[in-house]
Amino acid sequence: MAKPVAVQMKGISKFFGEVVANKGVDLTVYEGEILSVLGENGSGKTTLMNMLSGIYFPDEGEIVIEGEPVVIRSPRDAYRYKIGMVHQHFKLVDVFTALDNIILGEEMPRYSVTEHAAELKEEAERPRYVIDNDDAEAPVKTVRAADTKAGRARLAVRTAMLPLVKFGKKLKFNWLPKRRGQKAREIAAKYGFDIDLNKKIYDMSVSEKQTVEIIKVLYRGADILILDEPTAVLTPQETERLFDVMRNMREDGKSIIIITHKLNEVMAISDRVAVLRKGEFIGAVNTSETSIPQLTEMMVGHKTELNIHRGDPVGCEDRLVVEGLSFTDHEGVQKLKEVSFTARSGEILGIAGIAGSGQRELLETIAGLQRPMKGTIVYHDPSTGKDENLVKKSPAKIRELGVRLSFVPEDRLGMGLVGSMDIIDNMMLRSYKRSIPVKIDKTHTVNIPLVLDRKRPRQLAERIIKDLEVVTPSTHTPVRRLSGGNIQKVLVGREIAAAPTVLMAAYPVRGLDINSSYTIYNLLNEQKENGVAVIYVGEDLDVLIELCDRIMVICAGRVTGIVDGRTTNKETVGLMMTDSLSAKDSEEVAND
Amino acid sequence: MTNVKTDREPLFRIIKRDNIPRGKAWVIRIAAVVIAILVGALVSAILAGGSAFGAFFSGLFDGVFGTPRRILNLFQNTAILLCIALAVAPAFKMRFWNIGAEGQVLMGGLGCVVCVKYLGGKIDDNALIFVMFIMSVAFSVVWSVIPAIFKAKWRTNETLFTLMMNYVAMQLVALSIFAWVPSGSGVLGTLEHGNFPNVGGYPYIINIIIVAVMTVLMFLYFRFSKHGYELSVVGESENTAKYVGINVKKVIIRTMVLSGVLCGLAGLLLVGGTSFTLASDTVDGRGFTAILVAWLGKFSPPAMAFTSLLYVFIDQGAKNVATGVGIGDAFSEIITGIFFFLVIGCEFFINYKIKFRPRKKKEENSVEEVAA
Repeated sequence: MAKPVAVQMKGISKFFGEVVANKGVDLTVYEGEILSVLGENGSGKTTLMNMLSGIYFPDEGEIVIEGEPVVIRSPRDAYRYKIGMVHQHFKLVDVFTALDNIILGEEMPRYSVTEHAAELKEEAERPRYVIDNDDAEAPVKTVRAADTKAGRARLAVRTAMLPLVKFGKKLKFNWLPKRRGQKAREIAAKYGFDIDLNKKIYDMSVSEKQTVEIIKVLYRGADILILDEPTAVLTPQETERLFDVMRNMREDGKSIIIITHKLNEVMAISDRVAVLRKGEFIGAVNTSETSIPQLTEMMVGHKTELNIHRGDPVGCEDRLVVEGLSFTDHEGVQKLKEVSFTARSGEILGIAGIAGSGQRELLETIAGLQRPMKGTIVYHDPSTGKDENLVKKSPAKIRELGVRLSFVPEDRLGMGLVGSMDIIDNMMLRSYKRSIPVKIDKTHTVNIPLVLDRKRPRQLAERIIKDLEVVTPSTHTPVRRLSGGNIQKVLVGREIAAAPTVLMAAYPVRGLDINSSYTIYNLLNEQKENGVAVIYVGEDLDVLIELCDRIMVICAGRVTGIVDGRTTNKETVGLMMTDSLSAKDSEEVAND
Repeated sequence: MTNVKTDREPLFRIIKRDNIPRGKAWVIRIAAVVIAILVGALVSAILAGGSAFGAFFSGLFDGVFGTPRRILNLFQNTAILLCIALAVAPAFKMRFWNIGAEGQVLMGGLGCVVCVKYLGGKIDDNALIFVMFIMSVAFSVVWSVIPAIFKAKWRTNETLFTLMMNYVAMQLVALSIFAWVPSGSGVLGTLEHGNFPNVGGYPYIINIIIVAVMTVLMFLYFRFSKHGYELSVVGESENTAKYVGINVKKVIIRTMVLSGVLCGLAGLLLVGGTSFTLASDTVDGRGFTAILVAWLGKFSPPAMAFTSLLYVFIDQGAKNVATGVGIGDAFSEIITGIFFFLVIGCEFFINYKIKFRPRKKKEENSVEEVAA
């Protein structure tokens, strides 16, 4: 590699309490390349990059730029070394325009009064002219401005004016002219960003917000751009557009570091791949010389079979029929518009869509957590054959009706579990109302009121720990302390233990490592084989297409189509996600 | 690109620690108490001359354990404070910021006095005490449940609401006394009826027994009852509570009723078992101190018993020191202030670790310089 080195990280370590986030990482970034930092969730990719961009300070090791070790203590320091980062969660002011966000926080060029004063003094002491009389007797005299009275006065006045000059410069810097942001517009045009910079952030789509963040970083003069999981929130088409822009930036000599855990994107965009595993640097390879299996092995540490076994749906019956469901949240935003679909037993129904298109509201409405404006949710009870309309019933009421509905919410510790409680108490969330039965004689049992039954939840906790291989010090460890994958196993385990007939899971593999993800997929498949109607909300289209029997796509709260998971492809689903498939095409898709 | 070499690694960094061993945490806490006492002695030496340094220690312990009466006072004051702390604990565990215990206890006291005023002498004293109990609880519950209903129904801010209710309660008490005392002195004399009997010749014993029983009951309530479980789920995450089908509004109101019952009991113990009178400052800030005590005890009733004992010990001891060395009344407040500052401050060192910049680098540099 003949390219010059842009930045080098040497032996970087970072600890959070006892957690080792990074250990002795060596990473080199060259100029004009796209480097992927690949690793599973929790492997320390973001932490490493946060140290480069000044969010964290490394506990050990050093960062070398142009052969000099540098100290980066804040994002401002990072900008000084031309390093900028686009975070996964955007940091923009909603009520500002894109342009105001871009110029916000820009630093005024340094202006030091003392330095300027010293300069003036030096200038005054420089010889101005030489008096050289013809008279040979008189010595040659050098006249300096500081020697004359007028000169000294002038120096004093000019020095005294310096703070005022600084103040004036500050005023000018803080003045926002109407025609500001010419430079930002030029940057947008140069790299081919398609964006209206006068739009307010709250009117923007996620991909537009991301564009603003990238322009912001470029505007500050960054030559090394770090993008943290930039494609997580984008449709396939938007991702392609982002990649084009990234290639343009590479042509311009910029270095781009992209943090990701998606292998096909790594192969598509990057020149080199650096792999991290459990906070340690495993190696860097050229993309052209590697393959997906090799990268997976580097990432996971051992060879893995990444296949989801999808059985044919069996005994399909309509289990949950949703019709014309509309929901408006308390802020008056319509989140669901006339949503209709049927979930059948023995199949997995996938729900695809850009994040925030109403997936969460849909599941919460079905679970009884939200009250829809109109529409019906009819549950066909397989044991009694009766129909129940679940609309406007509370979760407790739904359970009393004998509807065995399990729900793995998106927000695991904020909704599904209580972080500070141990596994046993979390198991109890679903069953705490049951009382301890006490046998009086052979036929009679009496339930003790008011007192909690911890015995059965303890047995359940022990069973889940054993069956799902939950790694935990004990059943009394607060679940907050467990890793993401183990937290999810506890939650999914509890929901499955309730023997559901409908199982809804929202982003159940978000933030999980590959092995845990596949454990979850297998659990869902197992439930499907047992005749459960599974509803799976996912974000990774590859997985959705591999796992689900049918995929429902929603866009801005509306169903844009339901496709067969076996015959569809990513592009079709991607287009449906933005509702850009023409009406005719979607009809064809629906007929397939 | 300008490499500004003036930047240096930060002098120290604060690192969060999750898992401190229990023993170590207790060492830090005990050290904080010891330091607090030492600083207290130092302050008294500064204020009252060098000899006060030694007098502080003897005064502190003498004030608490000097006579049987003082020991009894210690436990009596602890009991009242603990009772109020037990009352606020369920609400705080539920993240319902009830800072109105002061007013709720006062209302309980008012309930007692109302009974004594209108029934005193007309019925048997034991029956009277029972009626007093009912009335004080009723008064307190009204005071605590009003903010709870507003919070549950209309999501009003309970902090402001309960705080304001304190002042309303104080005014009500002042008004009632004004109506009852014809002389206009504004001081309600000692009540002649409805006073708790002495046990074994000592007063207050009943108070202490009642609060001890309540402590055990509250411990069981938090740990083993469904209600206790529900209120901690609501406190940790309202979304989780809704998700599992807990009726959040019901839990809020029910918990505040419980809080009111305990406040009413505290009011009864104060009026019927301790002071046998009522004034608008009878509670004397204990409604607020109790919050601190409950929080320090992490809402665990046995730990709260310990923290309230500690608080009363410092307070009572410091008051004795103040009279002993002849410094003003405010001295005891200074001492309790120092005490709380250090005891609460030490939690920082339990939750965080401070790591200083390693010195190694500098030495390396200097070695290089020498070599050069």
